[in-house]
Amino acid sequence: MDLTLKIWRQKDANAKGKLVDYKVTDISEHMSFLEMMDVLNEQLVNTGEEPVSFDHDCREGICGMCSMYINGEAHGPDKGNTTCQLHMRSFKDGDTIHIEPFRAAAFPVIRDLVVDRSAFDRIQQAGGYISVNTSGNTQDANSIPIGKAAADDAMDAATCIGCGACVATCKNSSAMLFVGAKVSQYALLPQGQVEAADRVMDMVAQMDAEGFGNCTNTGACEVECPKGISLENIARMNREYLKASSKG
Amino acid sequence: MATLNSRVPKSDKIAEKWSKHKEHINLVNPANKRNIDIIVVGTGLAGGSASATLAELGYNVKAFCYQDSPRRAHSIAAQGGINAAKNYQGDGDSNYRLFYDTVKGGDYRSREANVHRLAEVSGNIIDQCVAQGVPFARDYGGLLDNRSFGGVLVSRTFYAKGQTGQQLLLGAYSAMNRQIARGKITMHSRHEMLDVVKVDGKARGIIARNLITGEIERHSAHAVVIATGGYGNVYFLSTNAMGSNATAAWKIHKKGAYFANPCYTQIHPTCIPRSGDYQSKLTLMSESLRNDGRIWVPKNLDDVKAIKEGLKKPTDLVEEERDYFLERRYPAFGNLVPRDVASRAAKERCDAGYGVNATGEAVYLDFASAIQRYGKEQALIQGVQNPSNEKIIQLGTGIIEAKYGNLFQMYEKIIDQNPYESPMMIYPAVHYTMGGVWVDYNLMTTVEGLYCIGEANFSDHGANRLGASALMQGLADGYFVLPYTIGNYLADDIRTGPIQTDSKEFDEAEKSVKEQLDFFINNKGTHSVDYYHKKLGNIMWEKCGMSRNKEGLEGAIKELQEVRKDFWENVKVPGSLNEFNQELEKAGRVADFLELGELFAKDALNREESCGGHFREEHVTDDGEAKRDDKNFAYVAAWEYTGKPSDAILHKEELEFKDIELKTRSYK
Repeated sequence: MDLTLKIWRQKDANAKGKLVDYKVTDISEHMSFLEMMDVLNEQLVNTGEEPVSFDHDCREGICGMCSMYINGEAHGPDKGNTTCQLHMRSFKDGDTIHIEPFRAAAFPVIRDLVVDRSAFDRIQQAGGYISVNTSGNTQDANSIPIGKAAADDAMDAATCIGCGACVATCKNSSAMLFVGAKVSQYALLPQGQVEAADRVMDMVAQMDAEGFGNCTNTGACEVECPKGISLENIARMNREYLKASSKG
Repeated sequence: MATLNSRVPKSDKIAEKWSKHKEHINLVNPANKRNIDIIVVGTGLAGGSASATLAELGYNVKAFCYQDSPRRAHSIAAQGGINAAKNYQGDGDSNYRLFYDTVKGGDYRSREANVHRLAEVSGNIIDQCVAQGVPFARDYGGLLDNRSFGGVLVSRTFYAKGQTGQQLLLGAYSAMNRQIARGKITMHSRHEMLDVVKVDGKARGIIARNLITGEIERHSAHAVVIATGGYGNVYFLSTNAMGSNATAAWKIHKKGAYFANPCYTQIHPTCIPRSGDYQSKLTLMSESLRNDGRIWVPKNLDDVKAIKEGLKKPTDLVEEERDYFLERRYPAFGNLVPRDVASRAAKERCDAGYGVNATGEAVYLDFASAIQRYGKEQALIQGVQNPSNEKIIQLGTGIIEAKYGNLFQMYEKIIDQNPYESPMMIYPAVHYTMGGVWVDYNLMTTVEGLYCIGEANFSDHGANRLGASALMQGLADGYFVLPYTIGNYLADDIRTGPIQTDSKEFDEAEKSVKEQLDFFINNKGTHSVDYYHKKLGNIMWEKCGMSRNKEGLEGAIKELQEVRKDFWENVKVPGSLNEFNQELEKAGRVADFLELGELFAKDALNREESCGGHFREEHVTDDGEAKRDDKNFAYVAAWEYTGKPSDAILHKEELEFKDIELKTRSYK
C-alpha cells in the first residue's frame, strides 16, 4: 500500500516543531508500524535527509519505550497494544496517517517523536518500592500465603509498562492510572502494608509536583492502556490516599 | 600478560566452596564503603540488582543505561520464568539436581563451581523477590505455583504469567529507585558507554556519550561492572531488543578482557517465523508453551504442499498423518527437550522440505490435545455430565487462556491468526548468547577491577542454557555474588581516594572515542548503517547459525572482513555529533558487531566438536546427534585481543568435572 505520513518534526526541546509530509510506497500489510517507520528512515538516509527520531526498543510490547500518537490515539487505532505491536493491516492503501509525540507538559519533547518521561521515574523514586535490603536471610517465600485473588489483582496492576499512553490520552494529562497501578500492586500484598500510608502520600505529592493533571473520571486512560490497567486502580489509590490522610 | 586463573576455591567439597570462600575473602567496613565509587553499566536483572545491592551496602553507585529508564532493559521481555531449587512441589528437587541439570543442559562446558553456587543461591532469589512485592503466580491455597521447563524432570520454575522477566526487573528497578532517592545511586539514563579507562592496569572509569546532547563525558570509579547483556544482535534478526548491543563488552575486550566461547549461541525453538525482508526483529513464544503444546509437521510431503497452497488446513490432518518429531525422536523428554535439541530437530524437518509456511521455515505448535485434556478435567471438577465436544473445548480453552493468554494474544497480533483454533507456526531464532566476557570465580575479568555479570559473561550456561536460567543467573550475580566478591578487591582501595578524571588515561580514551564519532559524521558514504548490519546478520545466520562447517566458517571470516572494509569506507551517518542521533548510535554498535562476528566464526572454526548450541556438521553420531569431544575440547576458549580479530590469541581454561560424570547427553 502507498501512504502519506504527516509527522511531527522538532529538532530539540527548544526548537519550534511542525508537521512534515512524507510518502512511503509498497508497504506490506504484514509490516509492523515501526517497520514502516524503518522503511521511511532508510529512504530518508539514502536521500540525505535526517531520519525521524522515535523511541523503541523491545518491539514486542513489553519494554514501554515506544510511544507515538497516531491519528489522534496513543499507540494508534488498535486496542490493547503498543505502537510496536500495531501492524499495517490496520490501515489501507492511500491513507494519510498523522504521527505526533505523546503530548503533556510533564513529558517535554526531546526530538521529533521522542519525549522525556523521566517524571515517571521520579514518582517511583518517591515511594514505589518496599524497603527491604538484599539479604540471604529474608523469610521463606512461602511463609506468608497470599490469596490467589489478591495475588492476581496485584499482578494485573503490576503489568503496567510505564509507556505514558494514559497521560498522553487524558485531557488533563493525568498520571493517576500509572501511579494508581503501582500503589495498588503494593496495597494488595501483605509485604506492602507497612509503608502503605507514606507510599501513597509521597507518590501523589511527587505526581503533583511533576505537573500532571488531576483525574476527572473520563476513563480514556483505561481505554488506551496497552496493558488493560483498570480504573479500579485509581479508585483504590484514592481510598488509600483518604485512609492515609485521615491518619494524619 | 594476564593469566587465566579461574580462582575457584581449591580444596573444599563443591557444596562448601562458596560458603567458605565468603568466609575468607576481604571485607570493606561500612565507613570506608562511603568513600568508594562503583560504575555499573546496564540496568537489566544483573546490573539493576547489583546497583541496588551495592548501594544498600553503602558504596556510591553510578549506573548507566542507553534506554530512557532503567526499567526498559531487555530482561523485561523474558517470559516464562525463573528456576529455583525450592522443592515446593516435593518432586525430589535439590540444589544438587539444579546444579546437575544445568551442567548437563550446558553440555558439560560450564564451570562446575560457578553453577553449584548458582543453584545454592537460587532459593534466596525467590525469597528476596517475594519480599520486594514481586507478584508471582500462586495457587488457591496462597502458596507459590511452579511449572516445568525443558531439559529437566521436576517443576522448579516460578513465574508471573508470561511476564516473569518484567516483574523481576521491576522488582530490581524498585530497589534501585529506593537507592536513587537516597542518593546512593546516581542514575545516568540515555547514556551509552563507549570505552573503559584503565589507570595502572586497573579499570578506573568509563567514557560515555549523553545520547540527548551528544556530549562526551568522563566518569571515574574504583571498579567498573559491565552488565550489558548478550550479543545476539550480531545476527541482525534476533529476539533481542533493537538497542541491545555488544559495545561495552567488545570495548573492554579490546582493552584486555578476554572474550570466551563466542560461538556458543542459543537458537530458541519457539519463535514467530519471519515474514519478509523488512523484518526488524523476531518475537519469542515462551518455552513454557512446550508444557502443553505438541510440535509437529505433516508426515507426507503432499500434505505440506496442500497446506502451503491453501488446499488443506492443519486441522484437516488426522493423528496418523502428523509427525510429532520430538516425541518420536526423544520419547523420555518429548516436547520438553532442551532448546538446542528442539531447534535442530525443527531445522532438520524444514531442511527436508516439511516446513509449513510460504518460506518453508515453520513447524506447528499445537494445543488441541491440551485443550481436550484440560477440558475433560474441568468438566469433572465442575460436575458437567456427558460434556459435548464443544463444551470440552470451551472449558479447555479457558485453562489455556489463563495460563498463556498474553502469549496467544501476542501471536495473534503479529500473525493475524487465532492460535486457539489453528496451531501456532513457530521457527527457531537467535535468543541468547552463552559466550561472553571471561570472568573468574569472583566475576572479575582479566582486567583488574573490571567485572562482568549476567548474560554479558560466559560462566554458568556452558554451551547451552536451560529455560528459566537466565533470570536466575542475572539476579544471582547481581544480588548475591558480586556484592560479596567485589569487596575482596575493593578492600585494597580504601586509601585510594577519589579517582581523578583529568589524567592522561582519560584524555586518551576520550580522544579515541571522539575520533571514531567524528569519522562517522564526516564520512561521505553511500550506505546506511542498517545496510551493513543486515549483511552481517545474513552471513552469521547462513554460516554461523544452527549448524556450521569448516568451509562455511572460513568463507564467513573472509566475507566479514570484506563487509568490514566496505563499512569503514562507505558507511553513511546523517546528522551531527552534538544532538540526539540514533543513526550515530547504531554506527558504533555495528562497527563492534562486525569485529565480534569474525571472532565468533574463528572460535566456531577452532571448536572441532559439536556441543550445545554449537553444532559442527563434521561431528555427528550415526543417528545425527551432536558428538562432543571431551578429550580435546573440555575447555573454555578465552580469546585475547591483539589488534584485530584474526590475530586473537587463544587461552584455554581446562574444565574439571569432579562432581558430575562427563557423559553423552541423552534425552531419549
